[in-house]
Amino acid sequence: MSIKGKAYIAGIFEHPTRKAVDLSVAQLHAEVAAGALADAGLTKDQVDGYFCAGDAPGLGPLSMIEYMGLNKLRHIDSTETGGSSYLMHIGHAAEAIAAGKCSVALITLAGRPRADGMATGTKPRNYGADAPDVPFEYIYGPTVVNMYGMAARRHMHEYGTTSEQLAWVKVAASHHAQHNPHAMLRDVVTVEDVLNSPMISDPLHRMDCCVISDGGGAFIVVSKEIADSLDRDCVKVLGQGETSKNLNAGQVDLTFTGARWSGPRAFEEAGVTPADIDYASIYDSFTITVIETIEDLGFCPVGEGGKFVMDGNLISGVGKLPFNTDGGGLCNNHPINRGGLTKVLEAVRQLRGEAHPKVQVPDCRLALAHGTGGSIGSRMGSSTVILGRADA
Amino acid sequence: MSQERVIPSPPMSVEHKEFWEAASEGKLMVPRCKDTGQFFWYPRKVSPFTLSNNVEWVEASGKGTIYTYSIMRRTDPPYAIAYVTLEEGVTVMTNIVECDFESLAIGQAVELIFRESEEGQQVPVFKPAG
Repeated sequence: MSIKGKAYIAGIFEHPTRKAVDLSVAQLHAEVAAGALADAGLTKDQVDGYFCAGDAPGLGPLSMIEYMGLNKLRHIDSTETGGSSYLMHIGHAAEAIAAGKCSVALITLAGRPRADGMATGTKPRNYGADAPDVPFEYIYGPTVVNMYGMAARRHMHEYGTTSEQLAWVKVAASHHAQHNPHAMLRDVVTVEDVLNSPMISDPLHRMDCCVISDGGGAFIVVSKEIADSLDRDCVKVLGQGETSKNLNAGQVDLTFTGARWSGPRAFEEAGVTPADIDYASIYDSFTITVIETIEDLGFCPVGEGGKFVMDGNLISGVGKLPFNTDGGGLCNNHPINRGGLTKVLEAVRQLRGEAHPKVQVPDCRLALAHGTGGSIGSRMGSSTVILGRADA
Repeated sequence: MSQERVIPSPPMSVEHKEFWEAASEGKLMVPRCKDTGQFFWYPRKVSPFTLSNNVEWVEASGKGTIYTYSIMRRTDPPYAIAYVTLEEGVTVMTNIVECDFESLAIGQAVELIFRESEEGQQVPVFKPAG
């Protein structure tokens, strides 16, 4: 059985806040849920499936279901794979809908690391001795940035990727972010600006890193019958693939990501190829994340991601692969250190023709959204989703 | 060279008792699956190859090469985190100490040395060989 054509994204919402001093995590979840339902033209009591991940407070789905008064649920899923969770949720929601387990699935993400003053990128996180890897890693000071730095260093060593090439990813994101009034960083930057920004952990400069932001987002996945009953322009789910990649018992290779395995599964299910994709939302926790991921998804040969992104090749209207036209995690937002859900939102905007006119891809028919969770420097979740217009 | 980062004490699990006892004697133990003869990392008492508990500890030679590394410059003091490929064939996360950060390189030979953690546990790290 395939999920192709069995489910549609009917509503989306991105919280406009980037620093939620006066909003709780639960409030943020509820506000994005209400926003996505309103966008779809649905009401709370039509929701019969709820999906959330590790950012949901308390007992996760149990706490949020009670808080939001979701009293009609038939299906609950709290698959947790970091920032890739929400792209897995699309596939799981489509499977549940295809199996008749629910017909209106709500997926939410929200958090406030910025208001809480969390040292997201530069402080090691100690998950305790029950996490089997922790005693052999935490003591050496692994942080989000130096783990991705190690991946970038190895990619440079094997393929000749340069800091200038990494910088082009940020340059492209900044060209898009200038048109997004909600983006945290709206200034267009140059390759030189990136190279001149402070070194955080070699070879990653500050501008190679995504922003730290509060906020969140939500989307609604529905059955074909519900989609047909709505006035809203719905986006068709065509395929999804997921996997996890890790340190493989000590046979370590940091030059590729889980996208190498999740991507082909998604393309096969959708029956399309990378060349067919009009727009791509690529997880961009760091510039290196994008370069490895576009190689793994087949947008360019392995090892040539650096060359591929140069000269604005990711800029809408300029290059071959318009990406992250909302400014992405590098410039727009990266709510609660998880950039996966927002990748879906901009892909839906592009397919609906509702992206900013300056970055809208003309006649956008097929879009890809890819999420990475955890760390490409150790263990990661990976999910690739192919979406199309309702007539795709 | 500036002051060296103090290594926090490793969170202790019942599964790793022998590993840390050996570390206190200056030994880096690497687990080997007796079903397949293959080394693996990180240490565990279950083989990731066969899911059996037929696992033994083997003392590492202490020689390795840098697979990759990064210098965390936003902390005081800065430090070098690395993955080092041991002679036994597994790649392990570690710190490189007693080194000039600017002269580190992928492929560089390194050797085992120990550092005392915050609460006194001997912890394996590496330094440039020779």
